[in-house]
Amino acid sequence: MAEAAKSRSEAAAALPTWPDEIYRVLKDAGIRQVAMVPDAGHSRLIRSFEADPETRVVTLTTEEEGVAMLAGAWLGGERGVLLLQSSGVGNCINMLSLPVICHMPLLMIVTMRGDWGEFNPWQIPMGQGTRPSLEAMGVIVNKVDEPHLVASAVQGAANLAFNTWKPVAVLIGQRVLGAKNFKELARK
Amino acid sequence: MSNPNALLHRRDVVNELLRDRADLLVIGGLGAPNWDVSAAGDHPNNFPLWGAMGGASMIGLGLALAQPKRKVLVITGDGEMLMNIGSLASIAVEAPKNLTIAVLDNERFGETGMQKTPTASGVDLAAIATACGIRTSRIVRTMAEVTELRDLAHEGRGTAFAQIKINPEALVFVMPPADGVILTTRFRQSVLGDEALFN
Repeated sequence: MAEAAKSRSEAAAALPTWPDEIYRVLKDAGIRQVAMVPDAGHSRLIRSFEADPETRVVTLTTEEEGVAMLAGAWLGGERGVLLLQSSGVGNCINMLSLPVICHMPLLMIVTMRGDWGEFNPWQIPMGQGTRPSLEAMGVIVNKVDEPHLVASAVQGAANLAFNTWKPVAVLIGQRVLGAKNFKELARK
Repeated sequence: MSNPNALLHRRDVVNELLRDRADLLVIGGLGAPNWDVSAAGDHPNNFPLWGAMGGASMIGLGLALAQPKRKVLVITGDGEMLMNIGSLASIAVEAPKNLTIAVLDNERFGETGMQKTPTASGVDLAAIATACGIRTSRIVRTMAEVTELRDLAHEGRGTAFAQIKINPEALVFVMPPADGVILTTRFRQSVLGDEALFN
């Protein structure tokens, strides 16, 4: 019994706390619209928002829809966040013209692939291209590779986006998320 | 293809959609729909797009969700709509009552030399919208139907979509301000009040 309880509490301790921390940070920042194409790294945060009657979670067919949607939200006086995987950054490039040229805030939280420990070679081109693509479009980028720094990175990005009307992206690295290895999974 | 002589004229259509516009909020899609909306009269409640092709409908969604008491009308073109046709799925799921999307369908990429779009070969945007789950979805061919659509947009009783078959005529450009900061700021000030200038 004691053993089971111990193993449960160890499992709880092993769960990352940063998804809950950034949920609080985003709530405090007044986020009302969540636009997203899901990623495993965002699943806990998405569940928190889905359970929250004050936020509207909109599932997109492609990430650039979210850039446009959050521009509309801003025009109507609401704040939003775009949750996406690094591969989805590539789908946003031309649409980023909109917040850049209109001086609109855009907060993007990007979970990385093709980064530290990646096993899938097809993830590498966009993963490695994520930061330079965003920066080429005028998005301010902050990458975070330690779990305890994620919340402050998101808070700083939200302040920057909404106080200075800039597109800002936080990239959450695979050191934080853990790298998948489907080859190991295939052997099991 | 239908008889071009019987096709509606785009500026007649837009003038009718915006008749007695009251506090209607209008997104004008990139290209000729931007000029059409501007030809009907520059207005702070217009957000005409000079870029961001494929984004008009989703800007409308974000705005409609943020301002549930206001009516939002997206006026865009067939090429612009096709670029992000998946938006219709995203919008149908959210189904805001106060959002109407009017596609001016000349079956052409008008700004680039009048090349045919897929609608020229029969792609049925209204059927796509219906299949996505937008129940009020139709093809519009007459001014009487345009008036019905105008009333739907102003009443806001459910997400509505219309593919309006128009003449592929090239008209004089009527341009709104091009500065995105001016367009954004005056829109927000008009919708949200002077408070918008302070946050």
